[in-house]
Amino acid sequence: MYEFIQHVINGLAAGTIYALVALGYTMVYGVLKLINFAHGDVMMLGVYVGYAVAFLLGREHLGTISGALLVFAVSLTACAAFGFFIERFAYRPLRDKPRLTSLITAIGISFALSYGFQLDLAVSVGGHSITLLPGAASRRFPAIITPTEWAVLGDNDVIIWNWQVISFVIALTLMGGLQYLVFRTRFGKAMRAVSHDHRVAGLLGIPVDTIIAGTFMLGSALAAGAGILYAIKDKSIQPLMGVMVGLKAFVAAVIGGIGNLPGAVVGALLLGLCEEFIVGYTASSWRDAVAFGFLIVVLLVRPEGLFGRAQAEKV
Amino acid sequence: MAEPRRLGERAPCEPLLDVNGLEVSYGAIKALKGISLSVGKGEAVALIGANGAGKTSTLRAVSGMIKPGSGVITLRGESVGGLKSHEMVPRGLAHAPEGRGVFPNLTVQENLDLGAYLRRDKDGIAADLKKVFGFFPRLEERRLQMAGTLSGGEQQMLAISRALMSRPTLLLLDEPSLGLAPQVTQVIFRILRDINAQGTSVLLVEQNAHLALSLAQWAYVLETGEVAMEGTGQALLASEDIRKAYLGE
Ligand SMILES: Nc1ncnc2c1ncn2[C@@H]1O[C@H](COP(=O)(O)OP(=O)(O)OP(=O)(O)O)[C@@H](O)[C@H]1O
Ligand SMILES: [Mg+2]
Repeated sequence: MYEFIQHVINGLAAGTIYALVALGYTMVYGVLKLINFAHGDVMMLGVYVGYAVAFLLGREHLGTISGALLVFAVSLTACAAFGFFIERFAYRPLRDKPRLTSLITAIGISFALSYGFQLDLAVSVGGHSITLLPGAASRRFPAIITPTEWAVLGDNDVIIWNWQVISFVIALTLMGGLQYLVFRTRFGKAMRAVSHDHRVAGLLGIPVDTIIAGTFMLGSALAAGAGILYAIKDKSIQPLMGVMVGLKAFVAAVIGGIGNLPGAVVGALLLGLCEEFIVGYTASSWRDAVAFGFLIVVLLVRPEGLFGRAQAEKV
Repeated sequence: MAEPRRLGERAPCEPLLDVNGLEVSYGAIKALKGISLSVGKGEAVALIGANGAGKTSTLRAVSGMIKPGSGVITLRGESVGGLKSHEMVPRGLAHAPEGRGVFPNLTVQENLDLGAYLRRDKDGIAADLKKVFGFFPRLEERRLQMAGTLSGGEQQMLAISRALMSRPTLLLLDEPSLGLAPQVTQVIFRILRDINAQGTSVLLVEQNAHLALSLAQWAYVLETGEVAMEGTGQALLASEDIRKAYLGE
């Protein structure tokens, strides 16, 4: 019984990370109808920024609340800026081109990040060596949140860690917050208008470029936050880490119905649980096969995803 | 380029929109080859012409949906050529585009709210909402319905109402009668006449030349990207050439 409970907890914890990445994925898709395949790599970028901040802060700030907040704040800001940058210079010029063009661009950005970061590049300034690109080797992510046991069941049979609870609460809060943003605010109404037809949205006075840039910055910041929580859990980071997480998050978003925020979270939690149970009761080499198998089954039964609406549009 | 033929006398009015030598190209296709037209304050002006004459392109260039190749567009004395469409709205321009462009997955109410996107005057917005519901009571009944579930006529009413929600001085309309039953078209044109009578200037593009010319005080006839003729609605309606070419007589 305890084993089962532990699997549920681990599964939810893994799913939570997928959920945070999937929220950004699905939100950007919802507005731009663009599958931003670079999303996972933006996450990786956020992790390395967080790593650099934690490194610069030094040991004495590790595990403090202010230290952790600073790591998050800088990483989120950096990724938001990067998101603005790629939207402005890579996606915006392609906005009215066939969708395949931006998709391929997204894949290009993904490769540029995940392989670019495998280069070793350092400059030396006044005797100090400053690392610009970290290289392919995996690094140990500092414990910016000191892992403590949040709850223990039985005789150390089930352990729930504080970071698991923190991640879970953040994911649910963000889901609610984003849902509110999209459906209850002026910005959200504008997002939905842009999503349907940005030309018509412009005719109503909606500053389309600003709305899209804002959506992108928000999505990228979300990825950064998710990445840091992921790095806290996994402890080891490397430049290719975003590829598989990004892909899993994409699977989760599609399972939930791409463009649907609660769908992304439910899809991600289901995916996390599914993987954990298969790995727990069979072998870990099945993990990725399960994710994609799950996707195939859902798409066969409900092509629009669990929460997606089959589009009923009158022309 | 030959001067367009001119029929009838234009009633003098204060200038509002002035378009001079407007050219628009789509790649190698030159859709507009130097168009000049104007709309005065309070005037209803029609733009008629065959398929592909460049009517939609003209409206799009005026509202900033597409960048003009050359030419000067002046709104209330300010040169506005090359501004983006969202920058035209605060200058008093609203454009109900070809094909209506309502947001199908948003409710009627949300569509209308978006029409007032740049406004902050809650009371004024509420008053204008009441006004458009007065024009089209059916929209009020369907306020919470998704716009995609409306009939074609209701969607057109919504598109016009949404454009009005920005309280424009100049309203651009692209084929409001397209695909609608004659009775529905009648209703819409009766309201357009009211809207114009209440002081909103209108630039109307229509395939249905008869409707357009009976509404408009002044009209332009577009042929393959050029203004071929202009005149009062009445004079053009009476003209032999127009009757043959556009009224099917
Ligand atoms: N996006 C576009 N790309 C390429 N060519 C275009 C585009 N839009 C219009 N055109 C061309 O420009 C010319 C003028 O088109 P426009 O839509 O302005 O005409 P219109 O008078 O509105 O026609 P209709 O009555 O069919 O609506 C046509 O030859 C059309 O084929
Ligand atoms: Mg047209």
